[in-house]
Amino acid sequence: MEADTQGAPPTAGDARRTDGLSFAVRGVTMLGQLVLPLGFLVYSIAKDDRAGALAYFAPIVIAIIAFNFAIAYASWRRFTYTVGEADIRVESGLLSRSARAVPYERIQDVSLEQKFLPRLLGLTEVRFETGAGGKDEITLRYLAESEGERLRELVRSQKLGETVGAPTPRGTPHDTPGEPPVLFAMGPKRVLTFGLFEFSLAVVAVVAGAAQQFDFLLDFDIWEWREWQRLLAGPGGWLLALGVVGQIIAGALAVASLLLLGLVTGLVRTALREWDFRLERTDKGLRRRRGLLTRTDVVMPIHRVQALRIGTGIVRRLFGWHRLGVVSLAQDSGGANHDAAPFAQMREIAPIVRETGFHLPSGDADWQRGSKQYRIDRVVIAALFLVPVAVGCAVFVPAPLWIAPLLGLAWIAVIEAYRWSHDRHALDPDQLYSRQGWLSPKLAIASRVKLQSVEIARGPIAKRRGYAALHLGLAGGQMAIPGLPIARAVTLREAVLASIGKRDFSALL
Amino acid sequence: MDAASDLTPLDPAYRKVLRIVASIWATIFLIAACVAEFAIPGWHGVVLIPVLILSLLLILRVPQRRWSARGYSMAEERLRVVRGLLFHSDTVVPFGRVQHIDVDQGPLERAYDIATLTVHTAGSHNASVTLPGLRHADALALRDTIRAAIRRDTQ
Repeated sequence: MEADTQGAPPTAGDARRTDGLSFAVRGVTMLGQLVLPLGFLVYSIAKDDRAGALAYFAPIVIAIIAFNFAIAYASWRRFTYTVGEADIRVESGLLSRSARAVPYERIQDVSLEQKFLPRLLGLTEVRFETGAGGKDEITLRYLAESEGERLRELVRSQKLGETVGAPTPRGTPHDTPGEPPVLFAMGPKRVLTFGLFEFSLAVVAVVAGAAQQFDFLLDFDIWEWREWQRLLAGPGGWLLALGVVGQIIAGALAVASLLLLGLVTGLVRTALREWDFRLERTDKGLRRRRGLLTRTDVVMPIHRVQALRIGTGIVRRLFGWHRLGVVSLAQDSGGANHDAAPFAQMREIAPIVRETGFHLPSGDADWQRGSKQYRIDRVVIAALFLVPVAVGCAVFVPAPLWIAPLLGLAWIAVIEAYRWSHDRHALDPDQLYSRQGWLSPKLAIASRVKLQSVEIARGPIAKRRGYAALHLGLAGGQMAIPGLPIARAVTLREAVLASIGKRDFSALL
Repeated sequence: MDAASDLTPLDPAYRKVLRIVASIWATIFLIAACVAEFAIPGWHGVVLIPVLILSLLLILRVPQRRWSARGYSMAEERLRVVRGLLFHSDTVVPFGRVQHIDVDQGPLERAYDIATLTVHTAGSHNASVTLPGLRHADALALRDTIRAAIRRDTQ
């Protein structure tokens, strides 16, 4: 492995800037820090003659804001980082320039941090932990989540003594010059359709919460129907004449505005992230490019692909949309898998799966269920919590509320029953499949030979009831099949271990 | 290979180490219980006696059972580590998937000449599998065995 590193070309040796949106974050943060105090200042200085004061101070305030924005923009322009062959370099400074290089060997870990505002925008703060502590660490504020993940993955693989993106010694069938074949691409129409399904519930919750929390900022309470009536009394006065209907319309307006916000957020975020998505089969592996403002470019070497994940969503499933993720070596399990096809029909996913050297489960795969006891025990455990809660409610709370915990229990029972009959796993000569989940089932495909370790874990209940969880060590991800009958778990382990034993890890790289 | 009889038990000294660690915890609990006992007027023994019984169990019974629940095996070029009294786990790492190996000794372990073998893989789950309570010389021998197997396979 060491020898390979020597001849490898530098990866992405060009200087990059932080994400364009980070400028927006800084601007908004600054507005909070600057504008509110200034506003209060202006307000307190000239309480009496507000209009005159406004005319006097407004240009100054605007000038200060503009000046700060200009500085923020300039320092954003001047802050670059370079991912080199042996180190990461950061150059910054407006008047005085400073450059810092940290060799990969000295980086202990890469931490990603998302504060609230960057979180909403899908940004992350990347910090290279060198043990220097606090100020002396290199911090990239802010990068797109995927870029943060990529840097972390890069550093980790560098620490393992590899070079990401190095030409792979084997498997170069596409050495034809010109455009490499496109495996999957998303045009504007597809991206917008995708965006519709990426409805952001988080933003809706945040805004709904904020509307309640900061209702003093609005001049009316959006939860108060009468206020809507008052608003509608002007131009929408005719609505009032409709009585109850008008009230319902007013309520619907509040909900609709929230839903619209969630929808727009989903659309914008998706469009920014996925715009002009292209997945190509190049000599080096799968090359993925996407993004509107921040264009990311990732190469996933084929032989580094450890497992595949095919997921879907509750609603998009009804339309046949799926997501194909690639689990590759030395990738953080907390972050997203590499999206190979974030929004595609199964017939589009199949060729990509073939290209990665994996294959989808064949029609006659031997799908097996988990242990019935496992599902029963889960319902029983839920009942142990929820039935006392229901009894407590029946005693202490007015009448109909006690039914809620029992409904919850029934819900859990339905889910577990469904999952018992639908969660399946299968083993074929070279792959292991696990399909789990209720409304949005996920299929994980692992190559038997690429697994790292096998663990059979049993808790105190599982030991008595004869089932176990099978945890499979997977480079760059996790794969676990819970609630297997113990005999089946042992069979699977033996089969997987026999496959692993056939080839050394180094032969897989 | 599922039979527990295939497993090599850990060094008996490990039981002593477990017992010493348990004693330290028990002492802490007992001190806390004594404080509580002084804080509650009257009612003597309501905290101290249960804690005393638990401590005795913790020192006398638990280390023996924990020790006997653990074991390892190196058969078929695989490191198998079995552990856990309540939460039982049985982990197998084939030698071919080992990235690097640590042999660690804490101060207590050094006093009893035992060591902890840690095997690292590229996996995210069970990326490192630890096997405590080996005689130090045995741990080094195990490490050399695994290393030799890796070297043979990579050549």
